[in-house]
Amino acid sequence: MNEQHPAARTLAPLLVGILILAIWEGACRFWHVPAYLFPAPTAIATALVRDWAVLLRALGSTLLITLQAFVIAVVLGTLIAFVFVQNKALEASFFPYAVLLQVTPVVAVAPLIIILVKNTALSLTICAAVVAIFPVISNTTIGLHSVDPGLLSYFRMNKASRLETLLRLRVPSALPFFLAGLRIASGLALIGAVVAEFVAGTGGQSAGLAYQILQAGFQLDIPLMFAALFLIAISGVALYLLMVGLNNALLGHWHESSMAEEH
Amino acid sequence: MIDTAGRAVVELRAADKVFSNGMRGLAPIDLAVQPGEFVTLIGPSGCGKSTLLKLMANLIAPTSGGLGWWGEDFGRVGQAGHQMAFVFQEPTLMPWSRVDTNVRLPLDLAGVAKEAAAPRVDAALAQVDLASFRRHYPRQLSGGMRMRVSIARALVTDPDLLLMDEPFGALDEFTRNKLDDDLLRLSFERRLTTIFVTHSLYEAVFLSTRVIVMASNPGRVFAEFRVDEPEPRGDDFRTSARFAELSRELSKILHAASVAVGPAP
Repeated sequence: MNEQHPAARTLAPLLVGILILAIWEGACRFWHVPAYLFPAPTAIATALVRDWAVLLRALGSTLLITLQAFVIAVVLGTLIAFVFVQNKALEASFFPYAVLLQVTPVVAVAPLIIILVKNTALSLTICAAVVAIFPVISNTTIGLHSVDPGLLSYFRMNKASRLETLLRLRVPSALPFFLAGLRIASGLALIGAVVAEFVAGTGGQSAGLAYQILQAGFQLDIPLMFAALFLIAISGVALYLLMVGLNNALLGHWHESSMAEEH
Repeated sequence: MIDTAGRAVVELRAADKVFSNGMRGLAPIDLAVQPGEFVTLIGPSGCGKSTLLKLMANLIAPTSGGLGWWGEDFGRVGQAGHQMAFVFQEPTLMPWSRVDTNVRLPLDLAGVAKEAAAPRVDAALAQVDLASFRRHYPRQLSGGMRMRVSIARALVTDPDLLLMDEPFGALDEFTRNKLDDDLLRLSFERRLTTIFVTHSLYEAVFLSTRVIVMASNPGRVFAEFRVDEPEPRGDDFRTSARFAELSRELSKILHAASVAVGPAP
């Protein structure tokens, strides 16, 4: 990577965004594209402001499901990974099922979960957690295994206990992998929540952004559809940035993944 | 600390090593290292010098034969106040910890309280000239400095026996010479017993009181070579005619060791 001023790294993509919006707006106006086919950015912004109250509640609902699923995936995934590294036989027996969980599309599993679990919010959370848990399990397991063999010998030579080796060596070694897992899991939790909402198609007080998209589709309110889509995208970006921030805060001093300056 | 009983610091009694794949790593070896000696192990690749060092560090167990440390089993090392430390080929530092925390690691693992450990860490860092880098992270240091941190981590336990596996092999010659000087000064001042694996015959001549030349197929002791130059040694020794002469002699022995063919494994 070539050296860049930090301001340039924020400014450049921002300029690209403004340029795209300007072209989009200009093209819609020039060719008189109707809003029910492809709305101009101003039409989307209008819809966003007009239906702000509904959209905000939907956003809150989707984010709540996402957050719950993310926390469940992280806690459960980390616990499973810790159990895996303690026992090779257990890992060998159960890891394939973790993979099975990952390769089965959530769209296919969601109807089953929604039927089995009566509470809608809970069933959506479970769907999203199922999608998000695999990278946590996989990355944390790899991380706990990937210890510098020299350091491991050093700990053994100094008669370090299992617990000391775990806390002083395995956990810090696993941290970069774990955080990379969190970054993937946060995005997947959001995707899982939205997909599950689509499948469930539930409205009412707990309706999420996916429901707003479905409704907008039925009513041919395409600007509203785009507004909901915009909020989902913004949420994804925010989650990603949050995870990058966490990564830098925890690894900033020592790990290559968050190297700002080259020594 | 010199052992008052006059026992060998480490002793091998017909210890050998056959690897799990059936390869014979080391033929039975008898070797005793006395207090205050600086012994280097040198020989062609695959002669088992690292294996021999790991035996003496108890990192691996001999297939047959026995070993003793200060006349005792490994399990009793430490009980009579004896300490041994190992320095690897790589610095093997914890990248997430600052220099001082890295140096304190063996004390932490031994359960030494932080207040008691702090002055010992400071002293060890001062001995390797890294006192002002205590709050740095390993990746902020050069290769030579990282190796010095690794040496400080060994010195902080105040060892009687220091085992080093080609510690300066990856460093450039200037850095290596400087570290050789420092190591020799430290081992002289602290009356350490040191066992040191190297590829460099000049390093072996410069550092050792005794050089063990090894040969391969199977790994075995081929010859012993004594360097009678008194301590402390410095650059004067490195540039002297005596040094050149000793290097030439050792070079001949090394050549003979590299062409020597042992019994089939």
